Amino acid sequence: MAGEDIIRVSSLSKQYATVAGAVPVLKDINLTIAIGEFVAIMGPSGSGKSTFMNVLGCLDMPSSGSYVLNGHEVAKLSSDQLARLRNETIGFVFQGFNLLPRADLESNVALPLVYAGVNNGERNKRADELLDKVGLGSFRKSHPNQISGGQQQRVAIARALVNRPRIILADEPTGNLDTATSREIMALFTRLNKEEGITVIIVTHEADIADYADRLVRFVDGRIVHDGAVERRAAGTA
Amino acid sequence: MIGPMLTEAWTSMAANRMRTFLTMLGMVIGVGAVILMLAIGQGVQYQVDQSIASMGSNLFIVLSGSTTSGGVRMGGGAAPTLTLGDAQAIAELPTIAAVAPIAPGTAQVVYGQNNWSTRIDGTTPSYPEVRSWTLADGYMFGESDVRAANRVAVLGETVVKNLFGDENPVGRTIRIEKSPYLVTGVLTSKGQSLDGRDQDDTILIPVTTAQRKLFGTQFQGSVRFMMVQAASAQVMPTAEREMNQLLRQRHHIKDAMDDDFSVRNLTALANTAAETTRIMSLMLGAIASISLVVGGIGIMNIMLVSVTERTREIGIRMAVGARRRDILTQFLLEAVIISIAGCLVGVMVGVGGAIVLNVLTATVVVITLSSILLAFVVAAGVGIFFGFYPANKAARLNPIEALRYQ
Repeated sequence: MAGEDIIRVSSLSKQYATVAGAVPVLKDINLTIAIGEFVAIMGPSGSGKSTFMNVLGCLDMPSSGSYVLNGHEVAKLSSDQLARLRNETIGFVFQGFNLLPRADLESNVALPLVYAGVNNGERNKRADELLDKVGLGSFRKSHPNQISGGQQQRVAIARALVNRPRIILADEPTGNLDTATSREIMALFTRLNKEEGITVIIVTHEADIADYADRLVRFVDGRIVHDGAVERRAAGTA
Repeated sequence: MIGPMLTEAWTSMAANRMRTFLTMLGMVIGVGAVILMLAIGQGVQYQVDQSIASMGSNLFIVLSGSTTSGGVRMGGGAAPTLTLGDAQAIAELPTIAAVAPIAPGTAQVVYGQNNWSTRIDGTTPSYPEVRSWTLADGYMFGESDVRAANRVAVLGETVVKNLFGDENPVGRTIRIEKSPYLVTGVLTSKGQSLDGRDQDDTILIPVTTAQRKLFGTQFQGSVRFMMVQAASAQVMPTAEREMNQLLRQRHHIKDAMDDDFSVRNLTALANTAAETTRIMSLMLGAIASISLVVGGIGIMNIMLVSVTERTREIGIRMAVGARRRDILTQFLLEAVIISIAGCLVGVMVGVGGAIVLNVLTATVVVITLSSILLAFVVAAGVGIFFGFYPANKAARLNPIEALRYQ
């Protein structure tokens, strides 16, 4: 599955300015992720893993160092170009699902296509295809508050996929879900990764969830302390 | 891109119906007030302009003046010092277009079973020209009638109505103070003058007839006043100076003595009146505009609340690829929709209010397309102006913080 590098991070640092002075959050990060990898990022709270995820998602900028996403040096892009890069290259999945409460599921899934400038008919067609794919085709006109948390997360995944991104960035995607539902969601990510070759990067603090990935990156105090293949436990462990 | 944004704006407005309605109400009241006030102001202006137009243009009135008799000074018009000769002399000045000397009086007029008391102006054939007045029927008496002091008359609309009803008066004979007068023409209706007098309640007869046969005066050949039309608005100051010189000369007034006549520039007076109403109309509009601004502040307030409430939504939109200007447009569009919709209803309320006012109190109202268009442009402007700050605030949100917002 491994192909060319889609993410290349070198000597990346990030600090926040506070009244007490600059607080370093990420220190000298070097990481390369190839197309088609399934990576789990783990670490305790405050280890910088969420900040790193925001940087990978082009929502936050590094203080120094370089981040090349799909051939673009992110630091050199304008705010509009970053928006376009997010729109075309990345699909976000959040812990809190982050669906628009007032829009129906079809419109929620179609949202990225609005900003990609796709016309109305095509938007709905693709949204419906993806809702079918995540098994929610019959709920097209329902609203997020009418379905369960697991279903909402599947809608969020459909939204992440709708503009055919190269990468899925999932930040604690199972954090609000029970074990059985978590497993379904992770199975969905695995399928997307294995069958469609989408690069999946997951931030989690649960070892069980990280086990679905092929590669584990562990953060402590803003540094990568471990980067290697996941040692798969015996199938069937929960 | 605009399509889904309109849907978005609609969804958001529909989700908070009461709030949207109240915000719109501010605009409705503001626009309604502006439209109504403009309608009233322009109504007044229209009336004044009509009255001024009916008076005639570039007009002077020359009054025979005060005389001093044994140390007691009499008021203007007390002594008939102006003569037909004066009128003819003034008419020959190059800056003067026409002169109508007037010997006025009041008399009882009879036709058949009907009688009516009316104002009678003894004058010359140039009178209609000076007053910018036309004849509806028949013709104005001529110079020969003036020379011969013939008993001929031209009637105003009100006199016709009271004496003849529906009958055509031209060619009939009426009796003024028992003498027969042939009706040669009928004046068009002019309506009220600036001071509210019915201008159509009048009869014109040759000035000589009035002087010699009808009223008779102790000073032969004198007229009470003259209406003088200058050749153009530009020459009015020159004309006034020349008239003064001419009359002082003709009346043998020495340098140290007061004039025994007075010249008044009616057009200047009328223009002052018109200017006053214009300013009044402007003030009405300005006061009403304040409520429009208050409505705009209401929009701004609600949009700020909306931006805060939807912070997370803004974060989501940015994460999936919305540019800052997409967010800006979305919120601006919502503000403009509220203000334009409020404006639409406000125009209806304003126009409706003006019509009701017109029907109930007979106030003259004038609603022009330009005042409606103005209201629209101002309302859209208010929407953009007061919507920009909240929309810009939304567009400037940090996506990470927006996503974290609870």
